[in-house]
Amino acid sequence: MTGVLVSTTINGDAVQFACPTDETLLDSLRNRVGLTGAKEGCGTGDCGACSVTLDGRLVCACLVLGVEANGREIGTVEGLVEDGKLHPLQEKFIEHAALQCGICTPGFLVAAKTLLEKNPKPSEEQIRYALAGNLCRCTGYDKIVRAVQAAAKEMRKK
Amino acid sequence: MRYETPTTTKEAATLLHKEKGQAHILAGGTDLLVRMKMGMTEPTLVVDIKHIPAMQAITKSAAGFKIGATVCGAAMTEHAALGKAWPGIVEAANLIGSDQIQGRCTMVGNLCNGSPAADSVPAMIAAGAKAIIVGKDKRRTVAVDKIVTGPGKTSLAKGEVIEAITLPARLPRSGDAYLRFTPRTEMDIAVVSAAVNLTLQRGVVKTARVVLGAVAPTAVIVAKAAKAIIGTKLDDEALEKLAAACSAACNPIDDKRGTIEYRTKVAGVLAKRAAKIAYQRAGGTL
Amino acid sequence: MGHDTNYQDREFKIIGTRVKRPDGIDKVTGRAKYGADAFAPGQLVGKVLRSPHAHAIIQKIDISKAEKLAGVKAIITSADLPDLTGTNRGMTDILENCMARGRALYHGHAVAAVAAIDEQTAKQALKLIKVTYKLLPHVTDVDEAMLPDAPIIQDFVLQDGKPSNIAGISTFGHGDVDAGFAEADVIVEKSYKTEQTHQGYIEPHACLANVSSDGSGELWVTTQGHFSFRVVCSTLLGLDMAKLKVTSSEIGGGFGGKTHVWTEPLALALSRKANRPVKLVMTRDEVFKASGPTSSTSMDIKIGAKKDGTITAATAMLRYQDGAFPGIWGMLGAMTAYACYDLKNVKTVGHDVLVNRPKVAAYRAPSAPMAAFGVESTMDLVANEIGMSPLDFRIKNAAKEGTQASYGPVYGPIGIGPTLEAVKKHPHMRAKLKKNQGRGMACGFWFNFGGQTCVDLNIGPDGTVSLTIGTIDVGGSRASLSLIVAEELGIPYDQVRTNIGDTASLGHNDTTEGSRGTFSSGMAAIFAARDAVGVLRARAAKMWDIPVDDVVWADGVATATGAKHSNLPPLTLAAIAAKAASTGGPIAGHNEVVADNAGVSFASHICDVEVDPETGSTKIIRYTVIQDAGKAIHPDYVEGQFQGGAAQGIGWALNEEYIYGADGCLQNTGFLDYRIPVCSDLPFIDTQILEIPNPNHPYGVRGVGETSIVPPLAAIGNAVSHAAGVRMTHIPMSAPRILKAIDDAKA
Repeated sequence: MTGVLVSTTINGDAVQFACPTDETLLDSLRNRVGLTGAKEGCGTGDCGACSVTLDGRLVCACLVLGVEANGREIGTVEGLVEDGKLHPLQEKFIEHAALQCGICTPGFLVAAKTLLEKNPKPSEEQIRYALAGNLCRCTGYDKIVRAVQAAAKEMRKK
Repeated sequence: MRYETPTTTKEAATLLHKEKGQAHILAGGTDLLVRMKMGMTEPTLVVDIKHIPAMQAITKSAAGFKIGATVCGAAMTEHAALGKAWPGIVEAANLIGSDQIQGRCTMVGNLCNGSPAADSVPAMIAAGAKAIIVGKDKRRTVAVDKIVTGPGKTSLAKGEVIEAITLPARLPRSGDAYLRFTPRTEMDIAVVSAAVNLTLQRGVVKTARVVLGAVAPTAVIVAKAAKAIIGTKLDDEALEKLAAACSAACNPIDDKRGTIEYRTKVAGVLAKRAAKIAYQRAGGTL
Repeated sequence: MGHDTNYQDREFKIIGTRVKRPDGIDKVTGRAKYGADAFAPGQLVGKVLRSPHAHAIIQKIDISKAEKLAGVKAIITSADLPDLTGTNRGMTDILENCMARGRALYHGHAVAAVAAIDEQTAKQALKLIKVTYKLLPHVTDVDEAMLPDAPIIQDFVLQDGKPSNIAGISTFGHGDVDAGFAEADVIVEKSYKTEQTHQGYIEPHACLANVSSDGSGELWVTTQGHFSFRVVCSTLLGLDMAKLKVTSSEIGGGFGGKTHVWTEPLALALSRKANRPVKLVMTRDEVFKASGPTSSTSMDIKIGAKKDGTITAATAMLRYQDGAFPGIWGMLGAMTAYACYDLKNVKTVGHDVLVNRPKVAAYRAPSAPMAAFGVESTMDLVANEIGMSPLDFRIKNAAKEGTQASYGPVYGPIGIGPTLEAVKKHPHMRAKLKKNQGRGMACGFWFNFGGQTCVDLNIGPDGTVSLTIGTIDVGGSRASLSLIVAEELGIPYDQVRTNIGDTASLGHNDTTEGSRGTFSSGMAAIFAARDAVGVLRARAAKMWDIPVDDVVWADGVATATGAKHSNLPPLTLAAIAAKAASTGGPIAGHNEVVADNAGVSFASHICDVEVDPETGSTKIIRYTVIQDAGKAIHPDYVEGQFQGGAAQGIGWALNEEYIYGADGCLQNTGFLDYRIPVCSDLPFIDTQILEIPNPNHPYGVRGVGETSIVPPLAAIGNAVSHAAGVRMTHIPMSAPRILKAIDDAKA
């Protein structure tokens, strides 16, 4: 099996790892770099539990090859905390009980973050459609949407 | 598996042409990586075309729009002028999947995957879109409706790759729309879909194209449906004729996503609704 | 020391407040470790080979080529899993379900497994294993499986001495239904069908097994019951139970589907053979094909009533498929079908039927949603016939304290009446409906269970309190349990930390299912805390050198009572803990209990839908859950259970179903075509928590997690009947089915 050396930036840090060419970015992040925040819920882009950003764009890491990360910037849930402080989304998710088992939470946080960066004042409908790519089986999405609304409000204050 | 990142279209075409094993093009990867995961393909070569400048941009000229093969759905949505001229094309591409999929998927990938239910295809065909095909030695331009020949099959020869999609210059008083039926509000493959592109003259439909998706092995151009609304202001009788023509043109299957009966009936319903939206986008009043 | 489980009405200081859960930060930062997030040096990747056929004899398994592949360290078949289950039929079935023994019984049934140095090699090894199958006729439909000429699934299942697929027939009820129907002015008889669904947890089954050559082993696993997994795995593998340590990871959803082993015994067997750790993670399609979905059913419901609305007789003939191994699912359906009502004459019969499908497992209030769909739909039909509102009809016949339930026991104080009255008063009932919209309501019930529970409460030298429990936290129960301990000890919530102990750290705990997590561990925590309070008083007494009877514990401090001790300042928990070494050692409380009488939980739901008459597409416009929680320890998490269960019920009602082909193979094995609701499919889900205290819990807590999946199927069916004028009898009520019903009605 031939491997390739990948030089990339993850959450602002320079990272190198070696992986087979047919390995997904999700597997590279989890098994080579040790960042297990992104989860495999399906492996086929249907659940969003592996959501990360690739050069700022929201993607499913299971649908990107590890080698594609070369020279690009990856953002994962581990990068939401800044200077030791929780991102408003993280705070509001806890405050509003927007997680039960928590397996979908990293994916939702990354997706919600990219939404709010593009659209700081989303309507309820816009939030729901932006997060349609993230499946949750525990919450029925109610408290998730409320948490995103609360975080958006908080972030607009700053 | 070899992974190559050519920087010109010709280089990509040559790599694909030479490969003795199983070669695949990688643009967004939202179909390819799924097939790899499910064991449906084991490529010996993957050609990543995202480093080719000729495929990366949306450009507008007097001749119309040119959309590079690696432009992702999200980028199409962000392009204001494209959305203004071709809202049906953009909303179709937008429906290919979630925001995560939109960050990667491409119209060309959607086309070449050859699914009868591909979302971008009916709207492209209705618009009269063309594909610029590059082989290792020559280029040719072909109407998009000639690309897909059957489920999972295209008319591209070995070593040919689509560099861009072109859309014709937009006439004034034009509008297009794409609708599909899915069981959920998002995340589903289209069960049945309809695209309508039309131009008006003094409120009357002058030219029209009606295309159905997911009701046959390939997208279906329903000439009779277009004829039914040309020369009309989309009165109820014309719309009923359009719907009937659409239902008659269906040749769907029963599968885990829908039944023959359902697809046939709803094709007509969606075509009517898409026609109304396109009409209003073209400036008509209903 | 015996503890009083009776409810005591009292004012709470922090129970019922919305505190932050202790595991929140780990879960929003990606730090929390789930089943697939563990890694061991030298670990191998485990992969399972599965039958591509619905029913086949396995004639030969040739592993010779696979064994020779470089990097393959172990291959197992059923030959590596000798039957050590003795006469325990249930265990034998588990063993056979984990790996086929001579016969593949469903599409996806495990046939062999490998452990190799990486995923690529493991996949390649599976390809090199040659299995020779002899196809057998198959049956996947519950009614077809009951026909006399149906292919027989299990030879040991007999009816009237002959091989049959009917594994059980259970009858419940009382009174004389024939006489009751004779008295009725109106009788409605209708048949219904529901398709198979899956719990749909986002986290696939995953474990890391590590067995040493001395027979000791460790298993890291996502599970709802690490103690029961230890029992099962050690039994199946012939391991010494005390030498197998099972640690539960954080769990990414279970809903009943992670109460059973699927691949864990295989991982342990591979690890034992290879003498290396083996990580085995199911892919999504394996989860759908080879874990434990719920039953598909068919049923006949008959209800008779007088003109004044009194139900005179009610029957339910229910047929549930259990998959390829016998289960109790038909029995549970027969028990729950009429549980909401006070009936003089009632009879329910539940059939448990075998088919060539995966072994059915529990799914949130197992078997209740299907029977409720039939009963609650028919209730509306009877109400319509009489000319009474469906709500008033239910109020008239609702069960109450003293009612003999259709499944046997007599109810204590219960919430069905109160939830119905709450529906009447709820603003949802007065919201305006637009064109093509309709409103429906339905009721639901779940028993809830207690079970074996034990907890350890340890007070550290700095006065912080550590509660170790044996039930898994599926939805935030650590917060609730910390609240309980903090309330009992009178200390701040932040001073208590709840952890889930591994099997080496605690006595046996039953699985977290049956909505028992907060109820049972909560009860044990209350008693463990009271135990600890006893110790704290004794220590304070020693420190002061006064009789322990003169020491009172309240608000987190020990106070010396009586005028002669008035010069003694109170001692905080921290102060007592600091001196523990000199007063008798570490301070702790324990409790072991078989928690009982978890208290039934009733709910009523209201639903507004809009149906597109040209496509049959149904949209949920508004949804309200009203449910009796007994006592809501942490309201956020009670609401979360209400909303989550309702969302699953909505998906079940509208879109979710297992689609089998004529070849008996499952066609939709992924989240693309097994369609659970997405965020844009649902509105906000309103909730109202009622609190009718459970007399058998000190705080009045009832189990809450399951009931909310029970009413949605019929609530939506009833709403659709008003929105589109059609009565749907087949779940899911997908658009094609609704459109067909609309078109048939027009014709």
